[in-house]
Amino acid sequence: MKKEFKIISDLILKNSRVLDVGCGDGELMSFLYKNITKDVRGIEISKQNVQKCISKGLTAIEGDAEKDLIQFPDSSFDIVILSQTLQAFLNPEKVLNELLRVGKKAIVTIPNFGHWKVRLNLLFKGTMPVTKSLPHQWHNTPNLHMCTIKDFSDFCDNKKIKFIKSLALDGEKLLNISRTNLGKRNLFSEIGIFLIEK
Amino acid sequence: MNKFENIKKLIVEDQLKLDCGQTISNFPIAYETYGKLNSKKSNAILVFHALTGDQFATDINPITKKDGWWKYALGPGKAIDTEKYFVICANVLGGCMGSFGPSSINPKTGKTYEIDFPVITINDMVNAQYFLIKHFEIEKLFCVTGGSMGGMQVLQFVANYPNLSQTAVPIACTSNHSAQNIALNELGRQAIMADAKWQNGKYEESNASPDKGLSVARMAAHISYLSKDALQEKFGRKLQERDDLKFSFDADFQIESYLRHQGSVFVDRFDANSYLYITRAMDYFDLNKKYEGNLSKAFKDSKTKFFIISFTSDWLYPSSENKEIVIALNSIGADVGYIEIESDKGHDSFLLNVPDFLETLRGFLNTSYERLNEKRI
Repeated sequence: MKKEFKIISDLILKNSRVLDVGCGDGELMSFLYKNITKDVRGIEISKQNVQKCISKGLTAIEGDAEKDLIQFPDSSFDIVILSQTLQAFLNPEKVLNELLRVGKKAIVTIPNFGHWKVRLNLLFKGTMPVTKSLPHQWHNTPNLHMCTIKDFSDFCDNKKIKFIKSLALDGEKLLNISRTNLGKRNLFSEIGIFLIEK
Repeated sequence: MNKFENIKKLIVEDQLKLDCGQTISNFPIAYETYGKLNSKKSNAILVFHALTGDQFATDINPITKKDGWWKYALGPGKAIDTEKYFVICANVLGGCMGSFGPSSINPKTGKTYEIDFPVITINDMVNAQYFLIKHFEIEKLFCVTGGSMGGMQVLQFVANYPNLSQTAVPIACTSNHSAQNIALNELGRQAIMADAKWQNGKYEESNASPDKGLSVARMAAHISYLSKDALQEKFGRKLQERDDLKFSFDADFQIESYLRHQGSVFVDRFDANSYLYITRAMDYFDLNKKYEGNLSKAFKDSKTKFFIISFTSDWLYPSSENKEIVIALNSIGADVGYIEIESDKGHDSFLLNVPDFLETLRGFLNTSYERLNEKRI
């Protein structure tokens, strides 16, 4: 089990109504179904992944988060999850707005482009960074809009999106992000995990 | 009709009020079952057939001696596993495989109804089949499923009986017949009516049936069940048992010969008046309108778990129309899954050996069944 799943599930109340946007093959949904809530469903763009979800007994809809979230009414879920895919959308701002319309709250996780390894990579090697949490080359990466933990924090502040919880994963350590340690977390954390609401 | 003597039939004694205003009673619904109903009666699946299908979904059809229409999906060890589930499939009202239809005898006249048969709807078909569920004393079905017109019946069934089935799998269908759908059906009906042997529907007495018309109707419909790519790949411009064009109107091309064959075998097993009545029922189908233009309302009382399947190359009931159903369900927070299966076989994909489809259907049924049973414990 990915450590991230455990962290995400700790942010969700038992029996909440959950939508996993970009649910992949349903790994996170399975985890949530077993441990947190039976009322979990996903939306996923890949047919193969939807098939895998269905065969695991999970409810999934084939669809594109950028177009198809519109079908869900306002506040129809307690929590909407977007796990490490925000950077892959053409228009992340629109998706984020949709997440917070459809969900009362949202959990967004991002691979942190501000991590020191990423920075060193570009500084010394002069090439686009390739790391464990960012494994692609510049030409085949699905990530169109990479951002750092600080970028995301600033963005949400600008858009008046409230942080209920901001967490950073630094190796095995789970740390709180606050205004005072933001710079440090932005340098040392691989993944940012945010529970937000409008 | 003697040939239907040895098939299963339920005589519905209750009154059934039809959408057209007439009331029927003491009418037969012919059906077939596969597998065994378990002691808790919790493993029943009601399968609805499409326009030209019948109750013999799998195995050899005892009347036509042909394979059942859903032989790839249904049977022991198949996606709808009859070693596990009890499957009921009925011939629709208006059909010609033993259920009450235009070729049934009118007790008042002693003759077949033909076009004096009342115009029936998808709603009427579903309500008639409900009596079968009562007959088997099943309180809750595990699943209702079907493709094409079968899928429309699934939608109507859940709308009429919101919590009678735990799951529903409408396949390659629509919530309302489009202008194109109606146009294609009208083409078929006009072909039948243009055949002099149709005789305003009164052909049974003269022992002549409008085979030419019905066969043209089938040919036109058959094209709509296939995709352009599949036709091109299978037939292209290949010639039929000849080296060159014959400069005549014989079947020069393989596709012509194929369609003619499809038309001619169809007339042996299908009644022209039934074709008129059932296509009419499909055309009248508009679940949106029935619920004040809001399809969501049709399902608002239902806790049924939906799984909707469409096919990429289906242009008769395209994914966009299937997706409208998904959207309507999502907008009321219903439990709905959806997948568009990649297939170049057109609308007929649901009847054919399309492994992705069959595996997905199997996966949905089996995991849903396990989960629903574990919940009950």
